[in-house]
Amino acid sequence: MAVVFQGIGATAALTSATSVDSKKLYILSRRLVSETKSTFMVVRSDGRLNSGSNRRAQKLITNAVATKADSSPATKPGHELLLFEALREGLEEEMERDARVCVMGEDVGHYGGSYKVTKDLANKYGDLRVLDTPIAENSFTGMAIGAAMTGLRPIVEGMNMGFLLLAFNQISNNCGMLHYTSGGQFTIPVVIRGPGGVGRQLGAEHSQRLESYFQSIPGIQMVACSTPYNAKGLMKAAIRSENPVILFEHVLLYNLKERIPDEEYILNLEEAEMVRPGEHITILTYSRMRYHVMQAAKTLVNKGYDPEVIDIRSLKPFDLHTIGNSVKKTHRVLIVEECMRTGGIGASLTAAINEYFHDYLDAPVVCLSSQDVPTPYAGTLEEWTVVQPTQIVTAVEQLCR
Amino acid sequence: MAMWITRPRNITHHLKTNIGFLEFFKYQRIWLRTSSYSNPLPSNLIAKNYGSTSPPLLRDWASFFTARRYKSENAAKQVVDEEKQALDFLGGSVTFTSDLEFISESPEKKVHCYRVLDDNGYPITSTRLPQVSNEITMKMYRDMVTLQIMDAIFYEAQRQGRICFYATTTGEEAVNIAPAAALTPHDVILPQYREPGVLLWRGFTLQEFANQLFANKEDYGKGRQMHVHYGSNKLNCFTMSAPIATQLPQAVGAAYSLKMEKKDACAVTFCGDGGTSEGDFHAALNFAAVMETPILFICRNNGWAISTPLSEQFRSDGIAVKGQAYGIRSTQVDGNDPLAVYTAVRAAREMAIVEQRPILIEALTYRVGHHSTSDDSTKYRPADEIEFWRNERNPVARFRKWIERNGWWSEKEDSQFRIEVRQQVMQAIQAAERIEKPPLSEMFTDVYDQTPSNLQEQEEMIREAIKRHPKDYPSDLPV
Repeated sequence: MAVVFQGIGATAALTSATSVDSKKLYILSRRLVSETKSTFMVVRSDGRLNSGSNRRAQKLITNAVATKADSSPATKPGHELLLFEALREGLEEEMERDARVCVMGEDVGHYGGSYKVTKDLANKYGDLRVLDTPIAENSFTGMAIGAAMTGLRPIVEGMNMGFLLLAFNQISNNCGMLHYTSGGQFTIPVVIRGPGGVGRQLGAEHSQRLESYFQSIPGIQMVACSTPYNAKGLMKAAIRSENPVILFEHVLLYNLKERIPDEEYILNLEEAEMVRPGEHITILTYSRMRYHVMQAAKTLVNKGYDPEVIDIRSLKPFDLHTIGNSVKKTHRVLIVEECMRTGGIGASLTAAINEYFHDYLDAPVVCLSSQDVPTPYAGTLEEWTVVQPTQIVTAVEQLCR
Repeated sequence: MAMWITRPRNITHHLKTNIGFLEFFKYQRIWLRTSSYSNPLPSNLIAKNYGSTSPPLLRDWASFFTARRYKSENAAKQVVDEEKQALDFLGGSVTFTSDLEFISESPEKKVHCYRVLDDNGYPITSTRLPQVSNEITMKMYRDMVTLQIMDAIFYEAQRQGRICFYATTTGEEAVNIAPAAALTPHDVILPQYREPGVLLWRGFTLQEFANQLFANKEDYGKGRQMHVHYGSNKLNCFTMSAPIATQLPQAVGAAYSLKMEKKDACAVTFCGDGGTSEGDFHAALNFAAVMETPILFICRNNGWAISTPLSEQFRSDGIAVKGQAYGIRSTQVDGNDPLAVYTAVRAAREMAIVEQRPILIEALTYRVGHHSTSDDSTKYRPADEIEFWRNERNPVARFRKWIERNGWWSEKEDSQFRIEVRQQVMQAIQAAERIEKPPLSEMFTDVYDQTPSNLQEQEEMIREAIKRHPKDYPSDLPV
């Protein structure tokens, strides 16, 4: 299991294997630290979801966690950056640290990546370590697997997660399996990452939620980042992991700005993030839906509800420990996801919660997800296919009746 | 210039007689500029006999006139200048032509196949005999015999129900052993599934083969991968994966890794003729060429992909010609001639490492056995074709004639050796049968680097089920 490295203050937390009954209350992890003493940790994600064609500026919830705001920005330690820059920073630090780390994908080299995550890395590390590949996803994923088995630590960038469907064969039959079928002789420490999710009118083929398809593959781990802080932490953890990890980014979250620590930190790949503690209801979400949930939370707080919001982050395996503790406290669960209704992450999570925490539930688990339709191109239709804050508020009100 | 074009009876023909010269010239320039015709060409202008007899060209009648009809020197010079111009295209400088040409779908001459020994094991005198040490030659022969016997006995074991699946390499012994002989232990091999010979050469023992087939606890794969899909990291042979051609891009990745580390080694990967239809084959070749990786693609063209013969697999002249399409140096060798294969792979390896480039080798051979124990190939191919290749074109027999004629081997030694190998294989099978199967815990390890909680739970569940209903589970299953 991945280990949490905390550079914050004096607390160095180690999480053991996730088992529902262990005494996790004694373990201080970052989330608890941020609630008690926020020195330089301002969990602020500015809701500027900019893509080139964005006409409708959606102002999202800013400060969702109850923290004491510091007065002058100049004295705040840490540095501000955008999410894609955070990814790049994490990537660069790992490439600096370990010469075996390399990146491959379409246009990652001198172009700097379609979302600028690998900008300037080719100049710094050379064409061979930041490799531009021809357009054949199955093949460069296969290439990464072969390179990993021979000792490198490659990171595969899919220009869009949807294109990685072409790489499904290599990911499922080889990436997930070869460590097992070779009897442990060959490890495959690859990281497969790319933007997915519904963007701004990108069309059905560019709006795929691949976490639904990949969640069944044994042998891989899946994580989804949502803030610059967890993007950098998860990227570093994924690169250091010996298992193949798929890191899901979201097209609309690349321009989120946040202040992150200057010190090095790595996050646990299997841990969920407590975004807002509460008492009445547990809302589980990940990636972009986190921001819709936080916007709904603002409304809910005004209406007198106290939702507990958890960003599950780890899509495979689920952090059932954090989720379990929350369910035991609130007894009501709402899952908000962007996946389709059938066979999505929410469907699996609903099944898992029902199986393990049935006795603690006072109401059925409700899952808000996108409809089982290809994502339409028209702006209004696209908006209706994604779960909106008003729907979340209504669902909470119904559950908490 | 081909003179089979019939005299065109259309407007241009009339024009040449009726209009003034300059008008005609203007008309010519229009023809020269356009590259596509809006109307389909009349069929009498299209050559009916492509192939080796006539040059496969389709000419437009305008340029036909251009070459013969100019009286004015200026006009002639202008046309020639245009033809000499080149387009500074992104892919490289491209010269123009005013003769519309189509590259033929098949070359005038088929690719030549390199061989050193003829069908009876005599060296072909016109070729320079490669210098192969006696030691390597004899090891090659002995390993080919071992492979042959191993295949026969394991196949029989499957028929007796002792193992549930096997795939032989009968008829392809040379293309299994000889490439391995030409490589060093540092070269990384990614086989398809019909190359146990490379493992055999590198030191995989008969017992280790049997362990994998019986999926016992000594198997390096811990009883997880299907039969015949061996793998050994200490011998630098990656575990075989069943989907066809997935190992080709992985091999490019391995070669890329070797290139990054500047090792004096190359990656070698195998596939069959059927595997060249997979998308991964084309992308891997393309990638290897673009990235200039030191890799050898060895294609065992054995004529059949289960029941699909070559004519239904592709229409190119074999596989070697495909290399050029990707910018890869390629060659075709007689896959049943171990010396030829050895020489070719040796030379290719040198080029691959020194020049950092991919090489494609097509080895022509024949799959004498069935595709696997689940197949009966007499259903789709004539039995006498199989017998012909089993007897007349047998690579082991052919090599044996060569070494016996040189006095390095005798019939007595041969029969003695075969008896020994047979005994060893039988012993290996008997020993492997007796070894315990892998324990239940091995079902859940190695999915990840450390077993996560959900898998631990699932293991608990199955253990409980076995405890409660021991009769429903195999009694010899170690828990």
